Amino acid sequence: MVDEGTRKTLSSIPLLKTKAGPRDKELWTTRLKEEYQALIKYVQNNKEADNDWFRLESDKTGTKWFGKCWYIHNLLKYEFDLEFDIPITYPTTAPELALPGLDGKTAKMYRGGKICLTDHFKPLWARNVPRFGIAHAMALGLGPWLAVEIPDLIEKGVVKYQEKSEEAK
Amino acid sequence: MASVEELQRKVNELEAKLAAAQGNVVPMRQKIDVMSSEVVDSNPYSRLMALKRMGIVNNYEKIRELSVAVVGVGGVGSVTAEMLTRCGIGKLILYDYDKVELANMNRLFFQPHQAGLSKVDAAAATLQAINPDVSIETYNYNITTIDNFQKFCDSISKGSLTDGPVDLVLSCVDNFEARMAINTACNELNQRWFESGVSENAVSGHIQFIIPGETACFACAPPLVVASKIDEKTLKREGVCAASLPTTMGIVAGFLVQNSLKFLLGFGNVSHYLGYSALTDFFPTMSLKPNPQCEDSYCRTRQAEFKAKPVAVELATEVTEDAKPIHDDNEWGISLVDENSPEEETPTLSLVDGVQVAYSIPVDNSTPESSTGGAVAASELSLEELMQQMKSM
Repeated sequence: MVDEGTRKTLSSIPLLKTKAGPRDKELWTTRLKEEYQALIKYVQNNKEADNDWFRLESDKTGTKWFGKCWYIHNLLKYEFDLEFDIPITYPTTAPELALPGLDGKTAKMYRGGKICLTDHFKPLWARNVPRFGIAHAMALGLGPWLAVEIPDLIEKGVVKYQEKSEEAK
Repeated sequence: MASVEELQRKVNELEAKLAAAQGNVVPMRQKIDVMSSEVVDSNPYSRLMALKRMGIVNNYEKIRELSVAVVGVGGVGSVTAEMLTRCGIGKLILYDYDKVELANMNRLFFQPHQAGLSKVDAAAATLQAINPDVSIETYNYNITTIDNFQKFCDSISKGSLTDGPVDLVLSCVDNFEARMAINTACNELNQRWFESGVSENAVSGHIQFIIPGETACFACAPPLVVASKIDEKTLKREGVCAASLPTTMGIVAGFLVQNSLKFLLGFGNVSHYLGYSALTDFFPTMSLKPNPQCEDSYCRTRQAEFKAKPVAVELATEVTEDAKPIHDDNEWGISLVDENSPEEETPTLSLVDGVQVAYSIPVDNSTPESSTGGAVAASELSLEELMQQMKSM
């Protein structure tokens, strides 16, 4: 089930129009532009709501994505590397978002740190092909996952807070 | 005091033991040119060739000319590959990008000492030792990425012993993306394949035979699931992604290879869909027609080609064999997942009792679920400018 908050976030992300995957040459460029527009709008929304929680960028082909996402717990910011490939079956199938740094640290992950999504994600995605894009996958998939998993991992001591200076070394 | 010769012998003996313990020396049998039906202890094919004498298969040795691609060498794929190897298949092509882990040891085939090796390499070594007559090719990559997908297609279309298309592709993968990628490839290449799967709760599974244009492809309908007779609400998914049992996986691999052998060697009836519910020991079978509105354009092309073909007599009998009592009322157990989902798709799919679609897709796909954000307007900016804007946020 999608909670009210997620539903509201989702509804303010622009929908995409072009059904095209990485093998579709020019149409893929059109789709990629729509992806970026939706992502930019979503990040803007997040900033306005004081809930900025990720950055993403892609390679030139738009098939390899990488960035960072973070989660605030007890006033401390926990940051994770995020990466995923766009499969050739996209957008019929959703991207498999991965947090490689957490691979092996939680059971709610598949190999390579791919996050385990709820039963509701795939049906919802399938019903919204091609209108849902990467921004929707973030809002519907990774956002709720972090909210459930990270506090739990912190409590278990699996995820530890790292000082900013330490990261920058 | 032992003589030098005695010590020398002792050293040789210990060296051989050490090598065997380290797995350096695998006693390999010699390759066999022609399958013999002679019943002697030393003939690995005698019991298979006996199938001919008993009138089950009339051309068993043909298996030596056949090539099968096994995509995914996990709980189902590894057992599938072993069965085909023991049956004396001509060539196996294995695909997987995963490594063997100790967490895999609740399944068959792989052994603890193989942990850390790539699944394809570990599998190839074991299989080659079991049967050196099989030609084994391995690919250690993810088939769903743009770079690898074309390599995958090429290896299927030129992978046979005579550099032609393989005789059959077996999908033993564990995710929707990879199944869709195989479906895309096989529709484009007009390649027959079997889909197989075990549910994440480990108590149901299925196999499905896909002949592009003739039977439903994987994109023709939402994924089919065998009703597990568990109230979904009582199913605890918190905490883990997937459970697995060697039993369910072994059974599904058995179904998969049994039907592959029937198809490859032309005996018995090949099931178009065979389900398995472990909790009730229930095995539904059915035939599935392709969806004329399938999202995959190559599926629709293959359907048109199939319709244009003159109907062969033996095809007609093959299809009727599978005709089971089919419910034409609408009771195929639509499981509503989202509480405010719009009107449901008219079922063009007649499913046998006990099999249902994993979810439904609304008929009118043009109306968005719920959005106040509207659709993206065509941007004046170029892709590079948008990328830059995103980067500078």
